[in-house]
Amino acid sequence: MNLNDTAEQAAFRLEVQQFLRDKLPRRLADKVRTGRRLGKADMEEWHAILNERGWLATHWPREWGGTGWDVVERHIFEEEAALAYAPRILPFGINMLGPVLLKFGTDAQKRHWLPRILDGTDWWCQGYSEPGAGSDLAGLKTSAVRDGDHYVVNGQKTWTTLAQYADMIFCLVRTDNSGKKQDGISFLLIDMRSPGIEVRPIRLLDGEAEVNEVFFTDVRVPVENLVGEENQGWTIAKYLLTYERTNIAGVGASQAALEQLKAVARTQRRGGRALIDDPLFAARLARVEIDLANMATTNLRVIAAAAGGGAPGAESSMLKIKGTIIRQEITDLYRRAFGAHARPFVEEALEDGWNEEPIGPDEAAPAAAGYFNNRKLSIFGGSNEIQKGIITKAILGL
Amino acid sequence: MIAETLRRFVADELPIDARNKAAYGERGHDPAAWARLAELGIAGALFPEDAGGFGGHGFDIAVLFEELGRGLVVEPFLGSLMAGRALAVTGDHDRLAAIVAGETIVAFAHDEAGADEVADIAVRADRAGDGWRIEGTKIVVPHGEAAGLLLVTARTAGEAGERDGVSLFLVDPSDPGVTRRGYTNIDGGRSADIGFDAAPATLVGGEGAGAAAIEAATDAGLLALSAEALGAMEVVRDLTLDYLRTRQQFGVAIGKFQALQHRMADLLLEIEQARSAVINAAAAFDEPTSSARSRALAAAKYTAGRIGRMVAEEAVQLHGGIGMTWELPLSHYAKRLVMIDHQLGDEDHHLARYIALGRDAQGS
Repeated sequence: MNLNDTAEQAAFRLEVQQFLRDKLPRRLADKVRTGRRLGKADMEEWHAILNERGWLATHWPREWGGTGWDVVERHIFEEEAALAYAPRILPFGINMLGPVLLKFGTDAQKRHWLPRILDGTDWWCQGYSEPGAGSDLAGLKTSAVRDGDHYVVNGQKTWTTLAQYADMIFCLVRTDNSGKKQDGISFLLIDMRSPGIEVRPIRLLDGEAEVNEVFFTDVRVPVENLVGEENQGWTIAKYLLTYERTNIAGVGASQAALEQLKAVARTQRRGGRALIDDPLFAARLARVEIDLANMATTNLRVIAAAAGGGAPGAESSMLKIKGTIIRQEITDLYRRAFGAHARPFVEEALEDGWNEEPIGPDEAAPAAAGYFNNRKLSIFGGSNEIQKGIITKAILGL
Repeated sequence: MIAETLRRFVADELPIDARNKAAYGERGHDPAAWARLAELGIAGALFPEDAGGFGGHGFDIAVLFEELGRGLVVEPFLGSLMAGRALAVTGDHDRLAAIVAGETIVAFAHDEAGADEVADIAVRADRAGDGWRIEGTKIVVPHGEAAGLLLVTARTAGEAGERDGVSLFLVDPSDPGVTRRGYTNIDGGRSADIGFDAAPATLVGGEGAGAAAIEAATDAGLLALSAEALGAMEVVRDLTLDYLRTRQQFGVAIGKFQALQHRMADLLLEIEQARSAVINAAAAFDEPTSSARSRALAAAKYTAGRIGRMVAEEAVQLHGGIGMTWELPLSHYAKRLVMIDHQLGDEDHHLARYIALGRDAQGS
């Protein structure tokens, strides 16, 4: 297969690079590069910049304000953006709900919600997992009972990322208990300002509160907020997952993180020389670099298959597993690189407005927290164990 | 027996909520608990009788620190152990008695940026009148703020990396020449980067002959941290096993899935390997200095680093999202396990040391 860009693709890549040079704020790129925390305003700022250029919704057709890009163009854009340390596009509205509405939504729903996703009117979050339904997602219990022209929702969602900022949540809810558990699920759009909704932050091991519990008590949701048919939610959820898992390999982001790691390893010292020249550390670095180069090509092979008309299915499970392992290994080496100075944890140093002298090297502050926080990569979006189960069934036929 | 006393004390007085409150609080430990532990005479187990204690063998240290690991205790025992072992070598028995009795919190201020061997000391001490003055910076000194006394390693002659010319000094941290920048560690407790600007210092032991004392301190610290890691691993194993037995998904306890069973089995056998490494190190600790002894200590710390990371990561993964929450004790154990590898040299450092020591032994 050809790993090089065609002339058109090469020109497109240059265009993307030029755009990133011109428009990506240095302040945001520095935060991403060094692992400092992005605030709501940071994420909204980057969305607005992309939207102005018409490059926010890379999965959407042009008629709805998307880019209309093919899978290769999307890949080039994602790769270049990651290499430039651009913030990631928040997936919930753009990459998850958008494609669902385009496929299953009514015209009225598309006309109402899609523009609001693009211009940032609505910040969306994803209401899938529940305390008793994690890997076993179809076991979800949050119920929606029809009452006139409303559904009445009761139950609890958890691990809801950035729900504290959200205006809206798309939820999987149970509308039928009579048959197979997958057959009684519906897909509902719920206003987070509705009476009866309570958001409680979950504090993670690094002190960050990026995920939440969301409680629903007699929350009334207009029936026009049902997407697709009642009890069609599982089909929609599976469709959404194929989008959740696009760019799941995170090749560009890992390449960028590897560059940052090498930069640090060149300045940190061990045994009287630069860390990057320490044989054991160099071996660790080389292993992950080779693994990443291999995965980059695996990723291109999957993309090539998709561009040729095939749909990425279980292959995305391979990419998710390998991609998260590689990324986690890089975060592991990053914390190692700082030695004793990985241990101090000054949370304020990760936020805006911290002007004190760094403790140890400037980049050390988020290293350990980033390592611990990124343990989530192999857990969320379908844990790596679930992905292996998919490979076992879908590819191996066991 | 002292381990049993400590275990009871931790269960009664330092359960995880109290531990976390102290560990992530302003002082980074619980002074009242520390005082009670002193009353119980716990630190005495770390020292032999001629140093005022009632233990001091490798297994005494290992058993005690394993218990501290089980309880995720952040009280300043490591500083007592390391400074105390160094002072035992230099023969400063008055100071030592106060440390053994737990009356003084002492910090062993040795590590420097970019340093990894015992003799990698750039902080300098120079004569001033009939005393000494210290200049330079020590990093990530455990309980460096809470300490009422600092035992500082400094160079009185030669260049960084040379074994000769290294000396030990006692420094009063309240002196204006001492600047302490304290912070919370990500795994709890507080440490400090400590700057010395012509800080007055008292020489202990012979001028330029401190290397043996520093090695005594470091060797004890390696054994202690390896044992602490083992204690933490055992708790993590029990917590994870309990979770596999109780967490239901797909209508069954997740411990029924063979893929998870085998991973739990791997954890079990790796933790047993870590226990054996601690036993090897504790036995070697009581032997005279030799490369075999040093290799056993390096092997234990390497093993604690490698298996500690594996246990922490696997336990979090087997728990899923809940394993990452602050609310669960597991996450704090996982952080401690990983961060032990950032104290006194990581697994790569000790692997390299193990190789080098083996080469030396063959060459001699």
